[in-house]
Amino acid sequence: MTDDIIEARDVVKHFPIRYELADRVLRKERQRVHAVDSVSLSVKVRETLGLVGESGSGKTTLGKVMLMLDRPTSGQIIFKGEDLTTVNDEGLRAKRKKMQIVFQNPNASLDPRQRIGDIIAEPLTVFREHGRSEIHEIVARISEAVGLPLDGMMRFPHEFSGGQRQRVAIARALVMNPEFIVLDEPTSALDSSIQAQILNLLRRLQDEFSLSYLFITHNVNVVKYMADRVAVMYCGKLVEIGETKEVLEHPMHPYTITLISSIPLPDPEEKLETKDLTGEIPSSVNPPTGCRFHPRCPYAQEICKTTEPPLREVSRGHWSACHFAESLGDLPGSGRS
Amino acid sequence: MNGSDWLLNISDLTVEYKTGRGKITALSHLSLGVRRGEILAVVGESGCGKSTLGLSIINLLQKPPASIASGEILFNGTDILKLNEGRMAALRGTEISMIFQDPMSSLDPVYTVGQQLREAINTKEGRDDKKKPYVVSSPDLEYGAKARASRLMLPQLPGARRERRHGEDIIEALRAVNISDPEKVANKYPHELSGGIAQRVMIAQALVERPSLLIADEPTSALDVTIQAQVLKLIKKLRDEIGSSVIFITHDLAVAAQVADRVAVMYAAQLVELSGAGELFKRPLHPYSEALILSFPRRYKDQGRLDAISGDVPDLRAPPSGCRFHPRCKYAFDRCTAEMPHLVDVGSDHQVACFLREKP
Repeated sequence: MTDDIIEARDVVKHFPIRYELADRVLRKERQRVHAVDSVSLSVKVRETLGLVGESGSGKTTLGKVMLMLDRPTSGQIIFKGEDLTTVNDEGLRAKRKKMQIVFQNPNASLDPRQRIGDIIAEPLTVFREHGRSEIHEIVARISEAVGLPLDGMMRFPHEFSGGQRQRVAIARALVMNPEFIVLDEPTSALDSSIQAQILNLLRRLQDEFSLSYLFITHNVNVVKYMADRVAVMYCGKLVEIGETKEVLEHPMHPYTITLISSIPLPDPEEKLETKDLTGEIPSSVNPPTGCRFHPRCPYAQEICKTTEPPLREVSRGHWSACHFAESLGDLPGSGRS
Repeated sequence: MNGSDWLLNISDLTVEYKTGRGKITALSHLSLGVRRGEILAVVGESGCGKSTLGLSIINLLQKPPASIASGEILFNGTDILKLNEGRMAALRGTEISMIFQDPMSSLDPVYTVGQQLREAINTKEGRDDKKKPYVVSSPDLEYGAKARASRLMLPQLPGARRERRHGEDIIEALRAVNISDPEKVANKYPHELSGGIAQRVMIAQALVERPSLLIADEPTSALDVTIQAQVLKLIKKLRDEIGSSVIFITHDLAVAAQVADRVAVMYAAQLVELSGAGELFKRPLHPYSEALILSFPRRYKDQGRLDAISGDVPDLRAPPSGCRFHPRCKYAFDRCTAEMPHLVDVGSDHQVACFLREKP
């Protein structure tokens, strides 16, 4: 497809677990964490793709792999028609101008000993493409766009509130005029009255700078507000992807159904009707056979234990990796309108 | 507020912290009651004083830097703040229990889950033998088939029957919090547990302690939503089965709506609104509560923007004059900048601190 800005094709990312001499002597098998297992998805130009999943589901790893901050074990990352996995580190540096990331915790991602102005200007100084006065002009323009006071440029991160610091992180991501930004839980560390400000800011910037976002979060309410399409990950696998409204109102995977039914709303009359998931999130070292959700799935059948369900298009643009995707809709509690 | 349906009565509580850069008032003249068997949610943003409130009630504030400048906390009619440490310690874990956001840091890493629950039971029953000394696989601390076999061999030592009864209680409590393999979990050390299981162990501990008051400080904030939903259910179950009152401290409005009977909204060290949960979410009367509810994302991308609250959470070293919310309030007028509003009754069981709601 030509309207994709970035595409992940069959991306696998495994992390080796430390293998010690004793393990070799005992002839233990080498173990690996299956952080991301053959995931394919794409982000369209000027689109926000929401990526949801619980902790350990591999969503942050996928975000990093898509920026080639971690090289995938196998698979391809196609950015604007070019396969980044074939590009060497030097070549990637140039590509990174057009792809950026904003992390969850601005306290950790901003250098406490740098002044705000220098933090925002750093990408520009690294690439040495602009003169001093030009850098000054860009920093001023971007700071204004993200709502930072200009007189704060000489101050340090600790003098700013959490919300302001996240604005700094966003400004730093914007100065190179990128086209694609990975937002990794950008509002999860913020107070609830600040969260809405930052979400609105991100949406305004998307229109203003024609940005494409991969928005990683565990908060389905946030995804609903931010994303055009949503992808759901479970234990390293992509289990469902489709238009946000379609997925949230007609979920086609039992995990998505449970996830949606677990989200509290600020309305005491809409009490949760959660199906109790038995068991815990499985270990990604030894993921379950067949469908990875089967040990916790209320609808699991024999086939789910043995055969891994492929991701297939169930309705137009709505993909699910469940053997019984079509019949789930008839079950009670399959969503909230 | 009087009568015996109130378990806890806090009046005019002011807590200050001394810091290197001056004094901070973390709680300012707060008055609040908790009824028997109710779940009261305390909602607010970071730094609003909600955790200080929880710690004051269980009397675990670190003094200094904290100090209580005024007020009393009546628990069953006794002022907790006047109790000496010995009598307060006797209340903790028997009458008042607390669970924290991070279960891993509240569990002792060198004792198994079973040992820690046993300590809780012993404390509850007023026995002084606290934790057993740390012994790897001491047979009386094991559960399941192996333990049953070894028990047959053991002579009937004094207390052996009690130990066995406690063992059963522990397994029972772990099962009650939906732990599918309680015998196995009882023999595990905290580092072997996932966050969700660890938080359930903390609730199991509250179950065996059967406290009259449980203070839960952000108990689900570190958990995934599917696990959070289960923990919320368990806290309600604890209230229903034991009749405990619960003070549920959270920053998450939606979580409060799901568990609470009443909600107290705090802003910058003050209580700004106190109301039944149904009423508060339908008819919030303080501009801050209203703005918080409106800024909650619940619409789709194509359905327009959210009404975000402008401005930032105030710095408690130099709180705004008058009403502390006035710099961010869209209804603010002259009086708000000069004078501080006090809580007034605006309906049955609904109090709010805002000049707009005061009857002339």
